[in-house]
Amino acid sequence: MRSRAILFALLTLTVVAGAQGGGQLRFCLHSEPKTFDPVLVDDDASERVRYMTGGFLMRLNRLTQQLEPELATSWKLSNDGRTISFQLREGLHFSDGTTFSADDVAYTLQRLMDPNLHSTTGDAFRSGDGKLQTQVSGPNKVTVTFPAPVASLDTKFDQVAILSAKSPKKEMAVLGPFYIADYKAGAYVQLNRNPNYWKHDEQGRPLPYLDSIRLDIQQNRDAEMLRFLRGEIDLIDTVDAEYFNRAQSEQIGSAHDAGVSLDPEQLWFNQTAKSPIPAYKRAWFRSTNFRVAIWEAVNRDDMARLVYRGRAQAAVGLLSPADKFWFNTSLRTRPYDPQNALKLLAQDGFHQQNGKLIDRDGHSVEFSLVTGAGNKTRERMATMMQEDLSKIGIKLNVVTLDFPSLIERITRTFDYEACLLGLTNMTLGPDAQMNVWLSSAENHQWNPSQKQPETAWEAEIDRLMRAQASSLDPKKRKEDFDRVQQIAWEQAPFIYLVNRHALSAVSPKLHNVQPAVLQPYVYWNIDRLARNAESASK
Amino acid sequence: MRWLRYISIGILATVFLASLFAGTLAPAPYAKQFREEPDAAPTRQHWLGTDDLGRDRFSRVLYGTRISLLLAPAAAFLAAALAGILGGVAGYLGGWTERSLMAAADLVLSLPWLFLLLAVRALLPLNVEPLQSVTITFLILGCLGWAAGARVVCAGAGALRNSDFALQARALGCSEARLLLRHLAPNLRPLLLAQFWISVPVFILAEANLGILGLGVSEPLPSWGSLLRELEGLTAISGKPWVFVPLLLLIVSVTAFQVLLVDQEMPS
Repeated sequence: MRSRAILFALLTLTVVAGAQGGGQLRFCLHSEPKTFDPVLVDDDASERVRYMTGGFLMRLNRLTQQLEPELATSWKLSNDGRTISFQLREGLHFSDGTTFSADDVAYTLQRLMDPNLHSTTGDAFRSGDGKLQTQVSGPNKVTVTFPAPVASLDTKFDQVAILSAKSPKKEMAVLGPFYIADYKAGAYVQLNRNPNYWKHDEQGRPLPYLDSIRLDIQQNRDAEMLRFLRGEIDLIDTVDAEYFNRAQSEQIGSAHDAGVSLDPEQLWFNQTAKSPIPAYKRAWFRSTNFRVAIWEAVNRDDMARLVYRGRAQAAVGLLSPADKFWFNTSLRTRPYDPQNALKLLAQDGFHQQNGKLIDRDGHSVEFSLVTGAGNKTRERMATMMQEDLSKIGIKLNVVTLDFPSLIERITRTFDYEACLLGLTNMTLGPDAQMNVWLSSAENHQWNPSQKQPETAWEAEIDRLMRAQASSLDPKKRKEDFDRVQQIAWEQAPFIYLVNRHALSAVSPKLHNVQPAVLQPYVYWNIDRLARNAESASK
Repeated sequence: MRWLRYISIGILATVFLASLFAGTLAPAPYAKQFREEPDAAPTRQHWLGTDDLGRDRFSRVLYGTRISLLLAPAAAFLAAALAGILGGVAGYLGGWTERSLMAAADLVLSLPWLFLLLAVRALLPLNVEPLQSVTITFLILGCLGWAAGARVVCAGAGALRNSDFALQARALGCSEARLLLRHLAPNLRPLLLAQFWISVPVFILAEANLGILGLGVSEPLPSWGSLLRELEGLTAISGKPWVFVPLLLLIVSVTAFQVLLVDQEMPS
């Protein structure tokens, strides 16, 4: 009887331990993290480490796309958009045991906005000249006032990991689920469970479930996939369509397609006045009919099917439908319609002669498309465009350049005609789009750094972008940004080709996996990821 | 080893002829995309299947072979000719001419050729025909490939300049130009031929390397380099042995060139 009781107790313990999880999660970083200082993060690997170690005042739930309270239980924005007051959780401790208080929030924000540090995270908050003011009105209450209104102020705190003002080891004292336990340059970063992490699950068990995470630094994607298939690593947060299919066929249940992501592939024509391209070509590129005709002459469904193995969809416009709140639902995907493309071109005086498209001055339509060398996906897309455009008599020369040469051409010399590149959107809505859509912006790629908007529609976009940025009414902001999307769709300064799907590969042994379309796709709920009972007991 | 030489000649002749008659032998245009049949396995219509855009792989291999096997020897000829002229003049004249030309050769040899090629490719105009682009690539390869050969030729010419027969020719009143062209140049021919045969596979591989980096021949024109890019990635090498044909062709052709080269160097 006694031995049965002991056996029962052991079994119960095993089941609890299994449900609790434990164990180590392993996956790869694709480059060396440049820093572990959360304020100075500006590269992907460092951002991933910050995501898993940092404690944040509020966090964007990657699944619901809603902001959720974390270290701050509540917050209040002022009507002028400059001030935000936080009510903080009580009784929290950093991983090194120091107490969390409002002073830490004030310290973090002062450091973030220190002009000498040139923090990329801090740049998002810089909207005017002047100093940031912080007012600590109690151990758990802090008010922050920015020198000028900041659009979507609260959502920007999703990137701000709170530092300890008192701890002597600033970067190692964290409020997130894991802390950095070990790092060997070029080899790995080891994160261990933060014993002072404040969250508990619905049953009251402390989070995170995992004991540790080992991030192997592995640049080679082939090697990463091989290690995944051999079970040496547990997940690959972002995979391309080829690897996705391979994971799907070799490890049932390991490939996850969360649907269309925020990331577009796009091309644009060089409309810059000071570029050394012939004037007649600039005139083509500045014609809305020409740009829309190119958009409609490219079979983007074929592109999604062949290049992305069906794991992408023809893009609608500047935002992906994955952005649930901000996407303009009245817009429709432009169809593949070469006949309509020819009609649009005819309106501008283009005509076909011996299978070639000729402009009104007798120039045969031929242009080059530059893209980065070594990117097979984009090279394939360009090759498909080459064939599609040849059907309406346009000759496309595909030129692959090494990346520094490409950047030199599209940002400094402007010696190019069209460019094909992709974007990785980390944030929702228009905030990250300001530096692209304002005509004065350096990243207004088709015609950057304009002193005055050169077209009426660009002036209208400038007005709308500024209006939405200074408005605190989400409905009004949405209306303004919907109109921006509409203009971008009509004028086609960017030709949006496809939106990739959010693809990942995850070991079936991992529990609580809920892939999202916002990065990180898989480990956005890292504190709740768990190994199953079998792997935990191992 | 004569039989090995005959086999090599046979292989190279077959490959050359097949590529020369690519227009007749290819079942489809090399750029034609059969979009309903991407990544297809070999069929009666597509002997080596199709690539991921549905292009007939056999046709692309034939045209790619034509590009790589015709332009690589042309570039090798250019490199050998430059090496012969510059190395021969340097070795024959000696003195400051030899020192300056060999210093120039050392400078070219010390340049990281891959980065130099990248830089030169980046400076080329964007709107060039794919065929022009590949010709320029091989032209650059040829222009950069003379230095090592020139050093060898220079040493050979230097030895011949002071040889007994050259001394006797001078004593008989032979002019310097006649001596150089009629007596020394024929004796340098084996060296130049060896340089040519060495350069052919080197240039084929150089173009393949550029192709793997995405900087070789522009789409849609195929070359061995661009065809080898299909082998990038794990998925390419699983269950599709026919995608290895361009690699096999490259290995066989380069080996055949090497066999001929060894045969050239062996004393008869």
